[in-house]
Amino acid sequence: MGSPSSKEKTDQPEYSGPILYYNDTVLDHFTNPRNVGELAENETDGYGLVGDPMCGDQMKLWISIRSERIDRIAFKSYGCPGAIATSSMLTDLAKGRTVEEAKRITDDDVVEALGGIPERKKHCSLLGVLALQAAIKDWETKCSLKKESEP
Amino acid sequence: MIYLDHNATTPLDRRVLETMLPYLENEWGNPSSPYRFASRAKIAIEKARNQIAECAGCGPGEIIFTSSGTESDNLAVRGTAHALRSRGNHIVTTAIEHHAVLNTCKALETEGFRVTYLPVNSSGVVSIKELENRLAPETILVTVMHANNETGVLQPVKEIADLTKKRGIPFHTDAVQTAGKIPYPLCELGADLISFSGHKLYGPKGTAALYIHEKTPLSPILTGGLQENGLRAGTENVAGIMGLAHAFSLSAESAEREYKRLEELRDRFEERICTLIPGTKINGTGAPRIPNTTNISFDSVDGESIVLGLDLHGICVSTGSACSTGEPEPSHVLVAMGLSPKEAQGSIRISLGRDTGEAEMDTALEALSDTIKRLRSISSV
Repeated sequence: MGSPSSKEKTDQPEYSGPILYYNDTVLDHFTNPRNVGELAENETDGYGLVGDPMCGDQMKLWISIRSERIDRIAFKSYGCPGAIATSSMLTDLAKGRTVEEAKRITDDDVVEALGGIPERKKHCSLLGVLALQAAIKDWETKCSLKKESEP
Repeated sequence: MIYLDHNATTPLDRRVLETMLPYLENEWGNPSSPYRFASRAKIAIEKARNQIAECAGCGPGEIIFTSSGTESDNLAVRGTAHALRSRGNHIVTTAIEHHAVLNTCKALETEGFRVTYLPVNSSGVVSIKELENRLAPETILVTVMHANNETGVLQPVKEIADLTKKRGIPFHTDAVQTAGKIPYPLCELGADLISFSGHKLYGPKGTAALYIHEKTPLSPILTGGLQENGLRAGTENVAGIMGLAHAFSLSAESAEREYKRLEELRDRFEERICTLIPGTKINGTGAPRIPNTTNISFDSVDGESIVLGLDLHGICVSTGSACSTGEPEPSHVLVAMGLSPKEAQGSIRISLGRDTGEAEMDTALEALSDTIKRLRSISSV
């Protein structure tokens, strides 16, 4: 991506009106989203499904955990370009992290990693964060159930 | 670039630009000034007015120049409401009007006017019977658009005009999307007030007009000098007016031919898209539509993502109307037609124009098919 917009984080115009003022990093994650897909049931350690009732966006996220780290991650998203790009970036940020590190990823981290996103689209970045937290919670619940059932 | 958003705006016709240039370069006098240099600008404006009146089928004194379709709508709706306030406070409109009319009606509600927003059926058409039932002795204005900007669906404007004439109620129609496209003079619509705009018919932005039937009472919304018969104060946009008149007459000349050509192109595109892409629905097909517009809903994908996907292919289309992008709410027009918010959110508008041919539509179809497939492979629903 050669245009200056991908290098300068301040490139985003202060513009809350019409759409399509996405920088090249956002466009790249929209066009080639990372980690798209689903994990099979036997590979899935945690699953999260979240929806944004305001705009109708939806995200499904699957994780597999190995040695307390996110080993594999996959997602599917329904929504605007902002939702798709932030979902994609979130999975990139979470992959390979320890569960504790992954829990601390915020929506601001996602926006920053993308080099900014139009103001009106900032709420989209929360979708992925919530989906990841839901998937981790799912895994933790499964773990504690497993512990309880062990003698 | 393939431009398929002609309902948002159109490119300026070169011939129109040629007409305008002398009024920017040489004839820059103020039409109201008292010397011969400036009176040439005044004469030019009146020539433009005559030209428009001739194409529209009305008298030159019935055409008022404004700055935009929005201003024409404001003048018609607010101007009538204020002029007839002593006679009544009720306005009848539809749920699918352009925001220029809808938000003006909403503003009038805060001034004590009562507004009826008529529903439309699933094809997007208002019912004459329903409209008739809602007319009251205190009704002072009916305002119903001619063609909807998002779907192209035509409203039964001539029938409404017959009805309102009988009842002695002024009738306004926003014909911004049909002026220059319909193959008959605009005033045959029979409305007392008709809004139309220059940049939708290959004229310059910042130019528009309002037809006002000679006996229609109207108050100005811009007060100041006595320009435009006291109905629209402000120094005239001379070059713009010249451009509007030329663009309007050029459009009128080619309207019949273009109507048929675009209808064939559009219908062929719609037929192919439904075969090529499953989970596709064309909105408003049950009603007569202007031939350049198609509004399509796709299952499981978001309209904004389709628009960006096509943009990256160099194809310009839009979701709903240009004014409503930027709003998270789904299109008020599609929702009024009974689409679910999800269906409305998954729709795009494609609007063809003079520069659109078979090759453009074929390329667009291919890009659309690719984009939808890709987005569906990402989609969680």
